[in-house]
Amino acid sequence: MKNKSLVSINDFTREEHIRILEIAGGFEKQPKQRILEDHVVATLFFEPSTRTRLSFESAATRLGARVIGFTDSSSSSVIKGESLRDTILTVSNYCDIIVMRHPREGSARFASEVARVPVINAGDGANQHPTQTLLDLYSIRKTQGSLDNLNVAFVGDLKYGRTVHSLVQALCNYNTTFHLISPLELKLPSSVKISIKERDLEYSQSTDLQDVISKVDILYMTRIQKERFSDPLDYEKVKNAYVLRNSMLEGAKPNLKILHPLPRVNEITTDVDANPKAYYFTQALNGVFVRQALLAAILGVVE
Amino acid sequence: MEKENLRKELKVSAIENGTVIDHIPSGSVFHVIKILNLTEYQNQLLIATNLDSRKMGKKGIIKVSNKFFKSDEINKIALVAPTATLIIIKNFEVIEKKKVEVPDYAENIVKCFNPNCITNNEEISTKFKVTDKKELKLRCHFCEKITARNNIAFR
Repeated sequence: MKNKSLVSINDFTREEHIRILEIAGGFEKQPKQRILEDHVVATLFFEPSTRTRLSFESAATRLGARVIGFTDSSSSSVIKGESLRDTILTVSNYCDIIVMRHPREGSARFASEVARVPVINAGDGANQHPTQTLLDLYSIRKTQGSLDNLNVAFVGDLKYGRTVHSLVQALCNYNTTFHLISPLELKLPSSVKISIKERDLEYSQSTDLQDVISKVDILYMTRIQKERFSDPLDYEKVKNAYVLRNSMLEGAKPNLKILHPLPRVNEITTDVDANPKAYYFTQALNGVFVRQALLAAILGVVE
Repeated sequence: MEKENLRKELKVSAIENGTVIDHIPSGSVFHVIKILNLTEYQNQLLIATNLDSRKMGKKGIIKVSNKFFKSDEINKIALVAPTATLIIIKNFEVIEKKKVEVPDYAENIVKCFNPNCITNNEEISTKFKVTDKKELKLRCHFCEKITARNNIAFR
Protein backbone atom coordinates (compact mmCIF):
# COMPACT_ATOMS: atom_id res chain seq x y z
CA MET A 1 0.00 0.00 0.00
CA LYS A 2 3.08 2.24 0.13
CA ASN A 3 2.51 5.46 -1.82
CA LYS A 4 -0.90 4.25 -2.99
CA SER A 5 -3.70 6.82 -2.98
CA LEU A 6 -7.05 5.90 -1.43
CA VAL A 7 -9.79 7.62 -3.40
CA SER A 8 -12.48 5.01 -3.74
CA ILE A 9 -13.12 2.03 -1.45
CA ASN A 10 -12.43 -0.33 -4.36
CA ASP A 11 -8.93 1.10 -4.90
CA PHE A 12 -7.84 -1.31 -2.17
CA THR A 13 -8.41 -5.03 -2.46
CA ARG A 14 -10.28 -7.08 0.12
CA GLU A 15 -6.88 -8.26 1.43
CA GLU A 16 -5.65 -4.69 1.74
CA HIS A 17 -8.84 -3.70 3.62
CA ILE A 18 -8.24 -6.53 6.08
CA ARG A 19 -4.57 -5.55 6.46
CA ILE A 20 -5.57 -1.97 7.31
CA LEU A 21 -8.03 -3.26 9.92
CA GLU A 22 -5.27 -5.42 11.45
CA ILE A 23 -2.84 -2.51 11.60
CA ALA A 24 -5.61 -0.38 13.13
CA GLY A 25 -6.05 -3.05 15.81
CA GLY A 26 -2.40 -2.49 16.77
CA PHE A 27 -3.00 1.22 17.16
CA GLU A 28 -6.04 0.57 19.32
CA LYS A 29 -3.80 -1.33 21.74
CA GLN A 30 -1.02 1.25 21.55
CA PRO A 31 -2.38 4.56 20.16
CA LYS A 32 0.69 6.71 20.74
CA GLN A 33 3.54 5.58 18.54
CA ARG A 34 5.83 8.30 17.24
CA ILE A 35 6.62 6.57 13.97
CA LEU A 36 5.86 9.51 11.66
CA GLU A 37 8.06 12.11 13.38
CA ASP A 38 9.81 13.23 10.21
CA HIS A 39 6.61 13.36 8.13
CA VAL A 40 4.29 16.19 7.17
CA VAL A 41 0.58 15.51 6.64
CA ALA A 42 -1.42 18.15 4.76
CA THR A 43 -5.16 18.28 5.52
CA LEU A 44 -6.91 20.27 2.79
CA PHE A 45 -10.53 20.80 3.70
CA PHE A 46 -12.22 22.76 0.92
CA GLU A 47 -15.45 22.44 2.85
CA PRO A 48 -15.88 22.27 6.60
CA SER A 49 -15.96 18.91 8.37
CA THR A 50 -15.30 18.79 12.09
CA ARG A 51 -15.36 15.08 12.71
CA THR A 52 -13.31 13.76 9.82
CA ARG A 53 -10.71 16.51 9.99
CA LEU A 54 -10.18 16.27 13.75
CA SER A 55 -10.00 12.52 13.52
CA PHE A 56 -7.28 12.69 10.84
CA GLU A 57 -5.37 15.39 12.69
CA SER A 58 -5.60 13.40 15.89
CA ALA A 59 -4.36 10.28 14.07
CA ALA A 60 -1.41 12.17 12.53
CA THR A 61 -0.51 13.88 15.81
CA ARG A 62 -0.57 10.62 17.79
CA LEU A 63 1.95 9.24 15.30
CA GLY A 64 4.19 12.26 15.80
CA ALA A 65 3.63 13.78 12.34
CA ARG A 66 3.34 17.52 11.73
CA VAL A 67 -0.01 18.65 10.33
CA ILE A 68 -0.41 21.58 7.95
CA GLY A 69 -3.47 22.66 5.98
CA PHE A 70 -6.66 24.67 5.96
CA THR A 71 -10.13 24.08 7.33
CA ASP A 72 -12.28 25.69 4.67
CA SER A 73 -11.65 27.17 1.27
CA SER A 74 -12.20 30.77 2.40
CA SER A 75 -8.86 30.58 4.21
CA SER A 76 -7.03 29.20 1.18
CA SER A 77 -6.06 30.62 -2.19
CA VAL A 78 -9.21 29.10 -3.73
CA ILE A 79 -10.90 32.38 -2.90
CA LYS A 80 -8.38 34.12 -5.17
CA GLY A 81 -9.47 31.83 -7.99
CA GLU A 82 -6.70 29.25 -7.90
CA SER A 83 -7.54 25.97 -9.62
CA LEU A 84 -7.58 22.71 -7.69
CA ARG A 85 -4.75 21.50 -9.91
CA ASP A 86 -2.48 24.39 -8.93
CA THR A 87 -3.33 24.08 -5.23
CA ILE A 88 -2.52 20.37 -5.26
CA LEU A 89 0.70 20.79 -7.26
CA THR A 90 1.87 23.46 -4.84
CA VAL A 91 0.90 21.66 -1.64
CA SER A 92 2.56 18.47 -2.94
CA ASN A 93 5.86 20.30 -2.45
CA TYR A 94 5.23 20.86 1.23
CA CYS A 95 4.10 17.47 2.50
CA ASP A 96 4.44 13.69 2.33
CA ILE A 97 0.74 12.92 2.04
CA ILE A 98 -2.46 14.87 1.34
CA VAL A 99 -5.78 14.30 3.08
CA MET A 100 -8.47 16.11 1.14
CA ARG A 101 -12.17 16.88 1.40
CA HIS A 102 -13.76 18.75 -1.50
CA PRO A 103 -17.37 19.54 -2.43
CA ARG A 104 -17.04 18.33 -6.05
CA GLU A 105 -17.40 14.69 -7.01
CA GLY A 106 -14.28 13.33 -8.68
CA SER A 107 -12.00 15.98 -7.16
CA ALA A 108 -10.08 13.39 -5.14
CA ARG A 109 -9.38 11.16 -8.16
CA PHE A 110 -8.18 14.21 -10.06
CA ALA A 111 -5.99 15.34 -7.15
CA SER A 112 -4.45 11.88 -6.83
CA GLU A 113 -3.43 12.03 -10.50
CA VAL A 114 -1.94 15.51 -10.22
CA ALA A 115 -0.19 15.21 -6.85
CA ARG A 116 3.38 14.01 -6.45
CA VAL A 117 2.43 12.50 -3.08
CA PRO A 118 -0.36 10.02 -2.21
CA VAL A 119 -3.83 11.38 -1.58
CA ILE A 120 -6.41 10.10 0.90
CA ASN A 121 -9.96 11.05 0.02
CA ALA A 122 -11.78 12.40 3.06
CA GLY A 123 -14.98 12.91 1.06
CA ASP A 124 -15.53 14.16 -2.49
CA GLY A 125 -19.03 15.61 -2.71
CA ALA A 126 -21.66 12.87 -2.71
CA ASN A 127 -19.25 10.34 -4.21
CA GLN A 128 -16.86 8.50 -1.88
CA HIS A 129 -15.70 8.59 1.72
CA PRO A 130 -13.53 5.46 1.96
CA THR A 131 -12.03 6.11 5.39
CA GLN A 132 -15.54 6.16 6.87
CA THR A 133 -16.17 2.80 5.19
CA LEU A 134 -12.98 1.35 6.62
CA LEU A 135 -13.84 2.50 10.12
CA ASP A 136 -17.32 1.00 9.67
CA LEU A 137 -15.72 -2.29 8.61
CA TYR A 138 -13.39 -2.10 11.59
CA SER A 139 -16.34 -1.57 13.94
CA ILE A 140 -18.32 -4.43 12.45
CA ARG A 141 -15.38 -6.83 12.52
CA LYS A 142 -14.47 -5.87 16.06
CA THR A 143 -17.98 -6.30 17.46
CA GLN A 144 -18.90 -9.42 15.50
CA GLY A 145 -15.51 -11.12 15.39
CA SER A 146 -15.64 -11.43 11.60
CA LEU A 147 -16.99 -9.69 8.53
CA ASP A 148 -18.33 -12.84 6.93
CA ASN A 149 -21.96 -13.97 6.62
CA LEU A 150 -23.56 -11.16 8.66
CA ASN A 151 -27.07 -9.74 8.53
CA VAL A 152 -26.80 -5.99 8.14
CA ALA A 153 -29.69 -3.52 8.11
CA PHE A 154 -29.30 -0.06 6.60
CA VAL A 155 -31.93 2.38 7.81
CA GLY A 156 -33.03 5.85 6.72
CA ASP A 157 -31.71 7.77 3.73
CA LEU A 158 -30.27 5.09 1.49
CA LYS A 159 -30.56 7.23 -1.63
CA TYR A 160 -28.20 10.08 -0.89
CA GLY A 161 -26.02 8.68 1.90
CA ARG A 162 -22.56 8.08 0.44
CA THR A 163 -21.46 6.20 3.59
CA VAL A 164 -24.25 3.70 2.91
CA HIS A 165 -23.29 3.29 -0.75
CA SER A 166 -19.60 2.62 -0.04
CA LEU A 167 -20.28 0.29 2.89
CA VAL A 168 -22.81 -1.74 0.90
CA GLN A 169 -20.22 -2.12 -1.88
CA ALA A 170 -17.49 -3.13 0.56
CA LEU A 171 -19.71 -5.64 2.39
CA CYS A 172 -20.54 -7.35 -0.89
CA ASN A 173 -17.10 -8.99 -0.52
CA TYR A 174 -18.21 -10.81 2.65
CA ASN A 175 -21.39 -12.72 1.80
CA THR A 176 -23.55 -10.22 3.67
CA THR A 177 -27.36 -10.43 3.81
CA PHE A 178 -28.71 -6.91 3.37
CA HIS A 179 -31.89 -5.45 4.85
CA LEU A 180 -32.66 -2.10 3.25
CA ILE A 181 -35.13 -0.04 5.29
CA SER A 182 -36.12 3.34 3.92
CA PRO A 183 -39.03 5.48 2.82
CA LEU A 184 -39.95 4.81 -0.81
CA GLU A 185 -38.52 8.22 -1.79
CA LEU A 186 -35.10 7.33 -0.39
CA LYS A 187 -34.49 3.79 -1.62
CA LEU A 188 -31.00 2.52 -2.41
CA PRO A 189 -30.14 3.60 -5.99
CA SER A 190 -30.01 0.84 -8.58
CA SER A 191 -26.38 1.74 -9.36
CA VAL A 192 -25.50 0.50 -5.84
CA LYS A 193 -28.02 -2.33 -5.68
CA ILE A 194 -26.39 -3.80 -8.77
CA SER A 195 -23.30 -4.74 -6.69
CA ILE A 196 -25.55 -6.85 -4.42
CA LYS A 197 -27.24 -8.47 -7.39
CA GLU A 198 -23.97 -9.13 -9.23
CA ARG A 199 -22.73 -11.17 -6.26
CA ASP A 200 -26.07 -12.92 -5.99
CA LEU A 201 -26.38 -11.95 -2.31
CA GLU A 202 -29.63 -12.05 -0.37
CA TYR A 203 -31.39 -8.79 0.36
CA SER A 204 -34.76 -7.50 1.44
CA GLN A 205 -36.29 -4.08 0.98
CA SER A 206 -38.92 -2.68 3.30
CA THR A 207 -40.26 0.47 4.92
CA ASP A 208 -40.63 -1.11 8.37
CA LEU A 209 -37.80 -0.73 10.89
CA GLN A 210 -39.27 -2.68 13.82
CA ASP A 211 -39.75 -5.76 11.69
CA VAL A 212 -36.06 -6.19 10.98
CA ILE A 213 -34.55 -5.56 14.42
CA SER A 214 -34.76 -9.15 15.65
CA LYS A 215 -33.05 -10.49 12.50
CA VAL A 216 -29.85 -8.49 12.25
CA ASP A 217 -26.32 -8.33 13.63
CA ILE A 218 -25.70 -4.73 12.65
CA LEU A 219 -28.21 -1.89 12.52
CA TYR A 220 -26.71 0.95 10.50
CA MET A 221 -28.78 4.08 11.15
CA THR A 222 -28.65 7.26 9.04
CA ARG A 223 -30.26 10.64 9.21
CA ILE A 224 -33.21 11.57 7.02
CA GLN A 225 -32.87 15.15 5.90
CA LYS A 226 -35.96 17.24 5.39
CA GLU A 227 -34.49 18.95 2.33
CA ARG A 228 -34.40 15.62 0.44
CA PHE A 229 -38.20 15.69 0.08
CA SER A 230 -39.82 17.78 -2.63
CA ASP A 231 -43.08 17.81 -0.65
CA PRO A 232 -42.67 18.70 3.06
CA LEU A 233 -45.83 16.70 3.80
CA ASP A 234 -44.09 13.52 2.63
CA TYR A 235 -41.34 14.21 5.12
CA GLU A 236 -43.81 14.72 7.97
CA LYS A 237 -45.39 11.39 7.11
CA VAL A 238 -42.19 9.35 7.35
CA LYS A 239 -39.96 11.21 9.78
CA ASN A 240 -41.01 9.27 12.89
CA ALA A 241 -40.98 5.88 11.21
CA TYR A 242 -37.19 5.77 11.19
CA VAL A 243 -36.49 6.79 14.79
CA LEU A 244 -34.88 4.10 16.95
CA ARG A 245 -36.05 4.00 20.58
CA ASN A 246 -34.64 1.79 23.33
CA SER A 247 -37.97 -0.01 23.75
CA MET A 248 -37.73 -1.25 20.15
CA LEU A 249 -34.58 -3.25 20.93
CA GLU A 250 -36.22 -5.82 23.21
CA GLY A 251 -36.28 -8.77 20.81
CA ALA A 252 -32.87 -8.02 19.33
CA LYS A 253 -30.04 -10.57 19.03
CA PRO A 254 -27.52 -10.36 21.90
CA ASN A 255 -24.70 -9.52 19.48
CA LEU A 256 -26.59 -6.67 17.77
CA LYS A 257 -24.67 -3.41 17.53
CA ILE A 258 -26.06 -0.06 16.43
CA LEU A 259 -23.85 2.01 14.14
CA HIS A 260 -24.34 5.57 12.88
CA PRO A 261 -21.86 7.70 10.91
CA LEU A 262 -22.87 10.75 13.03
CA PRO A 263 -23.91 13.51 13.45
CA ARG A 264 -27.13 12.20 14.93
CA VAL A 265 -30.13 14.50 15.13
CA ASN A 266 -33.18 12.63 16.38
CA GLU A 267 -33.10 9.30 14.56
CA ILE A 268 -31.74 7.53 17.65
CA THR A 269 -33.33 8.69 20.92
CA THR A 270 -30.85 9.40 23.73
CA ASP A 271 -32.25 6.56 25.88
CA VAL A 272 -30.51 4.16 23.45
CA ASP A 273 -27.07 5.62 24.32
CA ALA A 274 -26.85 3.72 27.64
CA ASN A 275 -27.77 0.40 25.98
CA PRO A 276 -24.64 -1.74 25.46
CA LYS A 277 -25.85 -2.28 21.89
CA ALA A 278 -25.20 1.39 21.10
CA TYR A 279 -21.81 1.55 19.42
CA TYR A 280 -21.79 4.84 17.49
CA PHE A 281 -19.46 6.81 19.74
CA THR A 282 -16.93 3.97 19.92
CA GLN A 283 -17.30 3.76 16.13
CA ALA A 284 -16.11 7.38 15.91
CA LEU A 285 -13.13 6.55 18.14
CA ASN A 286 -12.26 3.64 15.86
CA GLY A 287 -11.95 6.21 13.07
CA VAL A 288 -8.74 7.48 14.66
CA PHE A 289 -7.12 4.02 14.72
CA VAL A 290 -8.12 3.30 11.14
CA ARG A 291 -6.74 6.65 9.96
CA GLN A 292 -3.51 6.01 11.87
CA ALA A 293 -3.26 2.69 10.06
CA LEU A 294 -3.85 4.33 6.67
CA LEU A 295 -1.27 7.08 7.24
CA ALA A 296 1.32 4.58 8.48
CA ALA A 297 0.71 2.04 5.70
CA ILE A 298 0.60 4.54 2.84
CA LEU A 299 3.69 6.36 4.10
CA GLY A 300 5.40 2.98 4.22
CA VAL A 301 6.42 2.88 7.89
CA VAL A 302 4.21 -0.15 8.57
CA GLU A 303 3.71 -2.95 6.07
CA MET B 1 -27.29 -0.40 -53.40
CA GLU B 2 -25.82 0.33 -56.83
CA LYS B 3 -28.36 3.03 -57.36
CA GLU B 4 -27.83 4.63 -53.97
CA ASN B 5 -24.07 4.77 -54.53
CA LEU B 6 -24.59 6.42 -57.86
CA ARG B 7 -26.83 9.07 -56.35
CA LYS B 8 -24.35 9.75 -53.55
CA GLU B 9 -21.57 10.25 -56.01
CA LEU B 10 -23.58 12.82 -57.80
CA LYS B 11 -23.96 14.84 -54.64
CA VAL B 12 -20.48 14.38 -53.18
CA SER B 13 -17.68 13.67 -55.62
CA ALA B 14 -15.71 10.49 -55.35
CA ILE B 15 -12.24 10.40 -53.87
CA GLU B 16 -9.33 8.53 -55.38
CA ASN B 17 -7.82 7.26 -52.13
CA GLY B 18 -9.01 7.58 -48.55
CA THR B 19 -11.90 6.90 -46.23
CA VAL B 20 -15.60 7.56 -46.69
CA ILE B 21 -17.61 7.82 -43.47
CA ASP B 22 -21.22 7.26 -44.44
CA HIS B 23 -24.53 7.06 -42.57
CA ILE B 24 -23.60 9.68 -39.99
CA PRO B 25 -26.69 11.08 -38.22
CA SER B 26 -27.12 14.59 -39.69
CA GLY B 27 -26.72 16.31 -36.34
CA SER B 28 -23.42 14.58 -35.62
CA VAL B 29 -21.38 15.49 -38.69
CA PHE B 30 -19.57 18.36 -37.03
CA HIS B 31 -18.94 16.33 -33.87
CA VAL B 32 -17.34 13.66 -36.02
CA ILE B 33 -15.11 16.25 -37.70
CA LYS B 34 -14.03 17.51 -34.30
CA ILE B 35 -13.44 14.08 -32.80
CA LEU B 36 -11.30 13.04 -35.77
CA ASN B 37 -9.36 16.31 -35.66
CA LEU B 38 -10.31 17.11 -39.24
CA THR B 39 -10.72 20.85 -38.73
CA GLU B 40 -7.02 21.31 -39.47
CA TYR B 41 -6.84 18.63 -42.18
CA GLN B 42 -4.68 19.72 -45.11
CA ASN B 43 -5.88 17.27 -47.77
CA GLN B 44 -9.14 17.22 -49.68
CA LEU B 45 -12.12 16.86 -47.36
CA LEU B 46 -15.70 16.58 -48.62
CA ILE B 47 -18.50 17.11 -46.19
CA ALA B 48 -22.21 16.86 -46.81
CA THR B 49 -25.14 16.67 -44.45
CA ASN B 50 -28.95 16.53 -44.50
CA LEU B 51 -28.78 14.24 -47.52
CA ASP B 52 -31.80 12.04 -48.14
CA SER B 53 -31.28 8.50 -47.01
CA ARG B 54 -33.64 5.59 -47.44
CA LYS B 55 -32.35 3.97 -44.22
CA MET B 56 -32.07 7.01 -42.00
CA GLY B 57 -34.28 9.76 -43.42
CA LYS B 58 -31.46 12.30 -43.30
CA LYS B 59 -27.78 11.52 -43.09
CA GLY B 60 -24.37 13.03 -43.36
CA ILE B 61 -21.27 11.84 -45.19
CA ILE B 62 -17.61 12.77 -44.92
CA LYS B 63 -14.97 11.84 -47.46
CA VAL B 64 -11.38 12.15 -46.31
CA SER B 65 -8.75 11.92 -49.02
CA ASN B 66 -5.49 10.11 -48.36
CA LYS B 67 -6.42 9.18 -44.82
CA PHE B 68 -6.77 5.66 -43.41
CA PHE B 69 -7.80 5.69 -39.78
CA LYS B 70 -6.60 3.26 -37.13
CA SER B 71 -9.55 1.42 -35.61
CA ASP B 72 -9.18 2.89 -32.09
CA GLU B 73 -9.07 6.34 -33.68
CA ILE B 74 -12.16 5.88 -35.85
CA ASN B 75 -14.14 3.99 -33.20
CA LYS B 76 -14.30 7.13 -31.07
CA ILE B 77 -17.00 8.41 -33.42
CA ALA B 78 -19.27 5.48 -32.49
CA LEU B 79 -20.34 7.50 -29.45
CA VAL B 80 -21.81 10.25 -31.64
CA ALA B 81 -22.49 8.26 -34.78
CA PRO B 82 -23.23 4.62 -33.90
CA THR B 83 -24.77 4.08 -37.35
CA ALA B 84 -21.67 5.18 -39.25
CA THR B 85 -20.21 2.90 -41.89
CA LEU B 86 -16.67 3.14 -43.20
CA ILE B 87 -15.63 2.59 -46.75
CA ILE B 88 -11.95 2.36 -47.61
CA ILE B 89 -11.18 3.57 -51.12
CA LYS B 90 -8.07 2.91 -53.18
CA ASN B 91 -7.85 3.99 -56.84
CA PHE B 92 -11.56 4.85 -56.80
CA GLU B 93 -12.32 1.24 -55.81
CA VAL B 94 -14.03 0.09 -52.63
CA ILE B 95 -11.45 -2.02 -50.80
CA GLU B 96 -13.28 -2.61 -47.55
CA LYS B 97 -16.57 -1.75 -45.82
CA LYS B 98 -17.04 -1.91 -42.08
CA LYS B 99 -19.11 -0.56 -39.18
CA VAL B 100 -17.81 1.47 -36.29
CA GLU B 101 -17.61 -0.19 -32.88
CA VAL B 102 -18.21 1.46 -29.52
CA PRO B 103 -14.79 1.76 -27.81
CA ASP B 104 -13.91 0.58 -24.27
CA TYR B 105 -12.88 4.04 -23.15
CA ALA B 106 -13.88 7.55 -24.16
CA GLU B 107 -11.45 10.38 -23.56
CA ASN B 108 -12.53 13.99 -23.80
CA ILE B 109 -15.42 13.36 -26.20
CA VAL B 110 -18.39 13.20 -23.86
CA LYS B 111 -19.41 15.60 -21.09
CA CYS B 112 -20.16 14.12 -17.68
CA PHE B 113 -23.87 14.62 -16.99
CA ASN B 114 -23.23 15.25 -13.29
CA PRO B 115 -23.09 19.05 -12.89
CA ASN B 116 -21.14 18.64 -9.65
CA CYS B 117 -18.43 16.53 -11.30
CA ILE B 118 -14.97 18.11 -11.11
CA THR B 119 -14.68 17.84 -14.92
CA ASN B 120 -17.52 20.33 -15.28
CA ASN B 121 -15.86 22.75 -12.89
CA GLU B 122 -12.15 22.70 -13.74
CA GLU B 123 -10.22 22.44 -16.98
CA ILE B 124 -9.91 18.67 -17.08
CA SER B 125 -10.26 16.18 -19.91
CA THR B 126 -13.17 13.83 -19.29
CA LYS B 127 -12.51 10.11 -19.15
CA PHE B 128 -15.12 7.34 -19.20
CA LYS B 129 -15.13 3.59 -19.14
CA VAL B 130 -17.85 2.20 -21.38
CA THR B 131 -19.71 -0.22 -19.08
CA ASP B 132 -22.52 -1.10 -21.49
CA LYS B 133 -21.88 -0.87 -25.23
CA LYS B 134 -25.37 -1.77 -26.30
CA GLU B 135 -27.28 0.64 -24.09
CA LEU B 136 -24.32 3.04 -24.14
CA LYS B 137 -23.53 3.59 -20.48
CA LEU B 138 -20.37 5.46 -19.57
CA ARG B 139 -18.86 5.48 -16.10
CA CYS B 140 -17.02 8.68 -15.25
CA HIS B 141 -13.42 8.01 -14.20
CA PHE B 142 -13.62 10.92 -11.76
CA CYS B 143 -17.08 11.14 -10.15
CA GLU B 144 -17.99 7.49 -10.87
CA LYS B 145 -21.51 8.43 -12.02
CA ILE B 146 -23.03 6.80 -15.09
CA THR B 147 -23.77 8.96 -18.11
CA ALA B 148 -26.29 7.14 -20.29
CA ARG B 149 -27.54 7.56 -23.84
CA ASN B 150 -30.48 9.75 -22.81
CA ASN B 151 -28.31 12.35 -21.07
CA ILE B 152 -25.21 12.22 -23.23
CA ALA B 153 -23.73 15.53 -24.39
CA PHE B 154 -20.54 16.23 -26.24
CA ARG B 155 -17.66 18.52 -25.44
